[in-house]
Amino acid sequence: MRHEKERDAILDKVYDSQRNVEMKIFRKLYHVTSIVFCLFLIALLLVTISWLPASGTVERPVNNEVSSRYIEKGLEETGAINIVAGMILDYRAFDTLGESHVLFVATITVLVLLRLNKTEKHEVEINDRQFEPKNDTILQFVATFLVPIIIIFGIYIILNGHLGPGGGFSGGAVIGAGLVLYLNAFGFAKTERFFTEKTYKGVCFFSLSFYCLAKSYSFYTGANHLHSVIPKGTPGAILSSGLILPLNIAVGLVVACTIYAFYAMFRKGGF
Amino acid sequence: MNAVEWIRFIVGSILLVIGMVILFTEVFGVFHFKYVLNRMHAAAMGDTLGIGSCLIGLMIFSGLNFTTLKMFFVIVFLWFASPVSSHVLSRLEAATNEELNTQCEIYKDVKILERELAAKREEENSREKEDRLS
Repeated sequence: MRHEKERDAILDKVYDSQRNVEMKIFRKLYHVTSIVFCLFLIALLLVTISWLPASGTVERPVNNEVSSRYIEKGLEETGAINIVAGMILDYRAFDTLGESHVLFVATITVLVLLRLNKTEKHEVEINDRQFEPKNDTILQFVATFLVPIIIIFGIYIILNGHLGPGGGFSGGAVIGAGLVLYLNAFGFAKTERFFTEKTYKGVCFFSLSFYCLAKSYSFYTGANHLHSVIPKGTPGAILSSGLILPLNIAVGLVVACTIYAFYAMFRKGGF
Repeated sequence: MNAVEWIRFIVGSILLVIGMVILFTEVFGVFHFKYVLNRMHAAAMGDTLGIGSCLIGLMIFSGLNFTTLKMFFVIVFLWFASPVSSHVLSRLEAATNEELNTQCEIYKDVKILERELAAKREEENSREKEDRLS
């Protein structure tokens, strides 16, 4: 008992924001520091902007040989008809790898912020859809034939990424929307048959590591002027353009899982 | 331009203008009404008929090709998705709003409403009969 009273007294003292002198000093310091930091950042960025070359001049870094190289040699070097896909998944694949990891890190951050312990999780699971309409017949009927169409359309966008407009990010978002619709119509009991936390972890891990390994191989061969064993194929066919198609699939899987995971986490704080 | 192209142009433009008017009505209704369900009614109208007639106008402009088929599928998708989404949203509003009876009449069961309507109809019928007899 004495122990608890002491602890409560200490906690009261610490969390008494009105009279705690250290808190007051800290808060003032925090405000002053944040204002100074923001002003410093603004000044730094403005100074940097003043050093940039004027727009419209020939010496601008935009007017270099890179864009013409992409347009002239893009098809020959990457094998992709869609130049944008060739750019983001071949020339600048490292950048796209970072973007996929940003999605994964964002999911992990939300998971950390919304983490619940076991009793809370049980309560949330009971509370889930307490106020919402359950088993809506109209929604279920429409979902039975809209979900497959949406998912097939997403797969089409992913597989068509190197041939036309599309790619991993947009197709993955469409598949994720289809999964969210299915979850809304039929509830967690049905989706957890094929999509649980384990599935999410496995799919994300294998996609991202496949991306890392495949791109490491092509960077290694490219940097050392070795011959890459991955065939380019004939431009225009589905199985062409080397690594772009599998990388599109990996990115699409990560994006779809991330969208579904975000929805599930914001709804009940976990899978 | 020959006659067929003129007809196509005129019909397409009329449909586009109708769609624009409906979309304008939708925006006006969304900002004019105060209650969620009224607003939902206005918004759902624009999402189906407004976009539908706009797209049919564009289909007539583009003629028979693959783009037209794609636009047709867009219309089919919207006509399935938009009413269902507004239905689910309004059902959510009806389920969560505890003071719903201040906004509209509520019947816990459809049968009660049907019974009331049947009673009203019978009353009117009997009154008509009395009128005829007198």
